[in-house]
Amino acid sequence: MRHVLSVLVENEPGVLSRVAGLFSGRGFNIDTLNVGPTLEKGVSLMTISTHGDEQIIEQIIKQLRKLITVIKVVDLSDTRAVEREMVLIKVHASENSRAEILRIVDIFRCKVVDVSTDELTLEVTGDQGKINAIVNMLQRFGIKEFARTGTVAMKRSMQL
Amino acid sequence: MELTGAQILLESLKQEGVQHIFGFPGGAVIDIYDELPKSSIQHFLVRHEQGAVHAADGYARSTGKVGVCLVTSGPGATNTVTGIATAYMDSIPIVVFTGQVPTALIGNDAFQEVDIVGITRPCTKHNYLIKDVRELAHSIKEAFYIASTGRPGPVLVDLPKDVMQARTEFEYPKTISLRSYNPNYIPNRKQVKKAANLLAKAERPLIYSGGGVISSEAGEILTRLARRFSLPVTSTMMGLGAFPGNDPLWLGMLGMHGTYAANMAVNNADVLLSVGARFDDRVTGKVNTFAPRAKIIHIDIDPTSIRKNVNVHIPIVSDCLNALKTLDEEMGEIESVQWEEKHGDWVKTVKGWCREQPLKYETGQSGKIKPQYVLEKVYELTRGEAIITTEVGQNQMWAAQFYKYHKPRTWLSSGGLGTMGYGFPAAIGAQVANPDKLVIDIAGDGSIQMNIQEMATAVCYNLPVKIIILNNSYLGMVRQWQELFYNKNYCATCLDTAPDFVKLAEAYGAEGHQVDKSEDVVPVLKKVFASPKTCIVDIRVEPEENVYPMVPAGASLTEMLLV
Ligand SMILES: Cc1ncc(C[n+]2csc(CCOP(=O)(O)OP(=O)(O)O)c2C)c(N)n1
Ligand SMILES: [Mg+2]
Repeated sequence: MRHVLSVLVENEPGVLSRVAGLFSGRGFNIDTLNVGPTLEKGVSLMTISTHGDEQIIEQIIKQLRKLITVIKVVDLSDTRAVEREMVLIKVHASENSRAEILRIVDIFRCKVVDVSTDELTLEVTGDQGKINAIVNMLQRFGIKEFARTGTVAMKRSMQL
Repeated sequence: MELTGAQILLESLKQEGVQHIFGFPGGAVIDIYDELPKSSIQHFLVRHEQGAVHAADGYARSTGKVGVCLVTSGPGATNTVTGIATAYMDSIPIVVFTGQVPTALIGNDAFQEVDIVGITRPCTKHNYLIKDVRELAHSIKEAFYIASTGRPGPVLVDLPKDVMQARTEFEYPKTISLRSYNPNYIPNRKQVKKAANLLAKAERPLIYSGGGVISSEAGEILTRLARRFSLPVTSTMMGLGAFPGNDPLWLGMLGMHGTYAANMAVNNADVLLSVGARFDDRVTGKVNTFAPRAKIIHIDIDPTSIRKNVNVHIPIVSDCLNALKTLDEEMGEIESVQWEEKHGDWVKTVKGWCREQPLKYETGQSGKIKPQYVLEKVYELTRGEAIITTEVGQNQMWAAQFYKYHKPRTWLSSGGLGTMGYGFPAAIGAQVANPDKLVIDIAGDGSIQMNIQEMATAVCYNLPVKIIILNNSYLGMVRQWQELFYNKNYCATCLDTAPDFVKLAEAYGAEGHQVDKSEDVVPVLKKVFASPKTCIVDIRVEPEENVYPMVPAGASLTEMLLV
């Protein structure tokens, strides 16, 4: 099953390779990985999406907690969580297709962030499903460039 | 007062109570060596950095203190890797200091630069590259704290040359707290109560103990608990010595070369109390047939050990010492159970297995010396009072089987990594820490050649370590596998070209003996054990002797090949 882990780490040199090395050394999977600073100085947040059976996920979480530079690990799959990814897509847009692409932009509530005579660059945010859906829709126009973040996620305030 | 990095390092070591370090110098650490003579710390110059790490490891295993070594950058650092990995696999507290090129040169492929922090990341508990002399004292404090607490392990501290020369105000931190590292020493009472109740219901309980019992100094309480509640005991190789090897409840080691009784007991137990052991594949055999009838209680300080290889019914994350103390209390409160009576039949059954298939070997025919016989005699002559280290292979297994360990920290052997070349330098470390004890390395003719250069170290410091080579002219354990599972295709395992070990000992200024006849074993051992010198005893043993029982790799524990 897919799990999204929120991993709070000391922001020091090598912390990323400690985490990445743990996954590769033990044969765990990383599907996406996102790292960024937090509001607290010296602390970064990693969001890792991974998959495996329950025993593997339990090991991943315990092994992460065992790293000296890891402060906290939360499995967001145990809770209701908001999940987002962002992607920048540069799509071929001819005079004929431009209008249709803009309609899709509208439907998916994404943004055009750059325009030229034959290209549109779109910014899309959403969960994995939405992003996969728009990619599917745009493929036939010709996607020229594609840059996707990993998942970032957060527990919802209301836990039902 | 302002001190240089080198001075801070040595001062910090003193504050940590370090008296002895093992090391080898080079350009990157010359500033430290320049200060060393002014310090109270005694330095032992090894002949290869791997030897320094194993010596620090043997020092640590035999005392429970943190072992320390110091090496230079580049090749000095890479030479420590096997030693570090050995300590990591067996959870041994050591701190390794490596020199590094000056910070300004890091990343430039400078002379003798390696990214040792990167290289050792997966085989240290933690490691540091010190970039600022102001972090030095604090990081050293952390290094010792991390190495010696929780599940112990090696920590490496990489010291750039300019940091050793830089000056700063020195103050050694008194305490340390890390928000991301808080090992849990105290067991959850409820879980322990559950375990006590489960044991009270058990008809066929068994203790399976491991290295964690040794490292948490829980041997005594383990022994008390087992005797008080009539629980038979087996242990992993790492756990030898925690429970007296001459106690009637002792079944011997379990696993691939475990005793018949221990493996049968695991197979039939209805409750397995695992303490400080990690269900390694050499112990469990085919894992899904391991302890098939048992509910498992698993005590371990490392949460990752729990449910890594087998499912357990009652996990207890705790220091073994505290967990066993609490368990002893909780079981003591269960008054309805007459423990000895209740487990009487089971103990009888288990002892029956011990009698039916004791550890044994065929004597006779060839007239060659049996390696097992040598171990029996070493045990008798030392009355189990020696510190035994081992190399790896058949020699190690016979030493585990045929010598009875009475006390913790008298058995030092590379378990998890199985490092040939471990035993001799480890014996040097143990002898430095225990100058009045008899320290014996049970060696193979192959393994001993992997760190034989440390003869110079032993002789130089008058360390009367005894090396007993069970010389079978083979890489015996590999040959045994080839014999049993590869149609006797003895490829690359014959060691018929070997040095004359007697001359070799003498060349180093040590004492050497060769023994070819069984009747000479005892007299020569007696002489050697009384000698004040470093000694090699080259014992020519039956070349194709095998270690039994043996559970073939991947088979169930009950599928033992017996003598
Ligand atoms: C450094 C290292 N290399 C290879 C091995 C694989 N290995 C395990 S036992 C063994 C044979 C050891 O031979 P020897 O020291 O003569 O011991 P014996 O088994 O003959 O008692 C070998 C090669 C190892 N454990 N460690
Ligand atoms: Mg041999």
